[in-house]
Amino acid sequence: MGNGQHKRWVKSAHFIITLSFLALTVSGYVILMSHPRLYWGKAGNDLTPALFELPISRNYHHGGWEKRIQFKHLANSQISAVRTYNIFNQNGWGRSTHFLAAWFLVITGLIYLFTGIFSGYFRSNLAPQTRELSFRLFWQDFLSHFRKQAYTGGQYGLLQKITYLAVIFFLFPVVILTGFTMSPAITASYPFLLKIFFGHQSARTIHFFSASALLLFLLVHVVMVVRSGFKRNVLAITFSS
Amino acid sequence: MKEKKRMTRRRAIFAGITSAGALLLSGCLKKMPPTYGNLLRMGDNLTYMAQRGLLSQRALAMEYQKSDITSFPVTDIGDPADPASKAAYSKEYQELQRYNFKDWALSVEGCVAKPGKYSMEELKKLGERTQITRHTCEEGWSAIAEWTGVPLGTLLQHAGILPAARFVCIYGFDNYGESIDMLDAFHPQTILAHTMNGESLPARNGAPVRLRVETQIGYKNVKYLQRIVVTDKFVDAGPDISNGWSWYTGI
Repeated sequence: MGNGQHKRWVKSAHFIITLSFLALTVSGYVILMSHPRLYWGKAGNDLTPALFELPISRNYHHGGWEKRIQFKHLANSQISAVRTYNIFNQNGWGRSTHFLAAWFLVITGLIYLFTGIFSGYFRSNLAPQTRELSFRLFWQDFLSHFRKQAYTGGQYGLLQKITYLAVIFFLFPVVILTGFTMSPAITASYPFLLKIFFGHQSARTIHFFSASALLLFLLVHVVMVVRSGFKRNVLAITFSS
Repeated sequence: MKEKKRMTRRRAIFAGITSAGALLLSGCLKKMPPTYGNLLRMGDNLTYMAQRGLLSQRALAMEYQKSDITSFPVTDIGDPADPASKAAYSKEYQELQRYNFKDWALSVEGCVAKPGKYSMEELKKLGERTQITRHTCEEGWSAIAEWTGVPLGTLLQHAGILPAARFVCIYGFDNYGESIDMLDAFHPQTILAHTMNGESLPARNGAPVRLRVETQIGYKNVKYLQRIVVTDKFVDAGPDISNGWSWYTGI
């Protein structure tokens, strides 16, 4: 901030969270490849209707099931079926990488959150000032993002502040909590998680969409970093003193 | 002056987090399964220790209504008696299946006072628990079914579990094995299920008896049970660790 400088703890947290997020994105994609279908509700599988199917694995097309057998020999009873094909499943290292990176993200995120709150960092840098809260200023700020703009060097703009606040206080908490909701051991202790996210498969779907939103933020963030002075911005968040 | 105060507070927060972490580590260190080596396994181990240290160990996994029961896909092999599934083909299982598992008996061995075999009748006499729970596959799908079976803890107590016991290894006729710790073995919802949705367990779902560990991911739920071995030290009973899969799958 200020003259292209950030506090040391902000730089370290930014660095660790960026690396963890990249590892989570890659491993998350690998995990999704073994079952690229998303559902809504308490449970969902290849024999129940999906919300939609992502075209991301060479096995994503239904390989089919053999011998669909009804549990109660009645027309409408539940069925089971045996999978007739092997899927692309790299979840051994995929899941372990995902959870290891998640540890780094959650611990660093908590330290960042507490330091940011108690040092007044969020209040002085990210909370919008009263004078900023006008529609005209917001619209100006919004439009300026689509023009080739000069690096202002000073405070964050209103749009920037709102985006950062949404990422820190909404998207990251949602992505982490929906991750917890997929864990059978955690939801045994905290069943309210299954309630607030409408069930295991809904949590998985929300996890996917909030992660996608974070990825979209990352892309826009990088574009803005490049457009507003790549060298100065990168130095400011890494090596500048 | 203000800056100095901030620093103190920040330092206090860091010190608090660090010492809490140290306490957690020292408290759980001796419970760690000893086969863990590489970086990924260390992450899994951290998850295991954190969950064992922070979560309520007797809390029940969500139980559902009858109307929530879904279809149930079966991955991997459907039947160990099928010669087409060569890796799992078991003549012994085929023989038992031919007579509808009349001669099947579950062997309980290791750190127990009375090792022996339990027939289906003897198992059913020990007690019963019915639960409608979610099977959470590591691939990402899930399915809900109603299971009835003997709580594993009841069986272990009947066999006279010894104080040295630390892990329970469970082996199936499909050459698959898994091990769980005592907390999961004695969890009230950890059952040896012989009935699924009100019917005897079908072969593709693990006949005659399968394990249900509702606080862990699907692949811990060994099917086609043959043998239970209680051990005093960690044994890599299954293909997990050697194949790069995590041993503890509460998450």
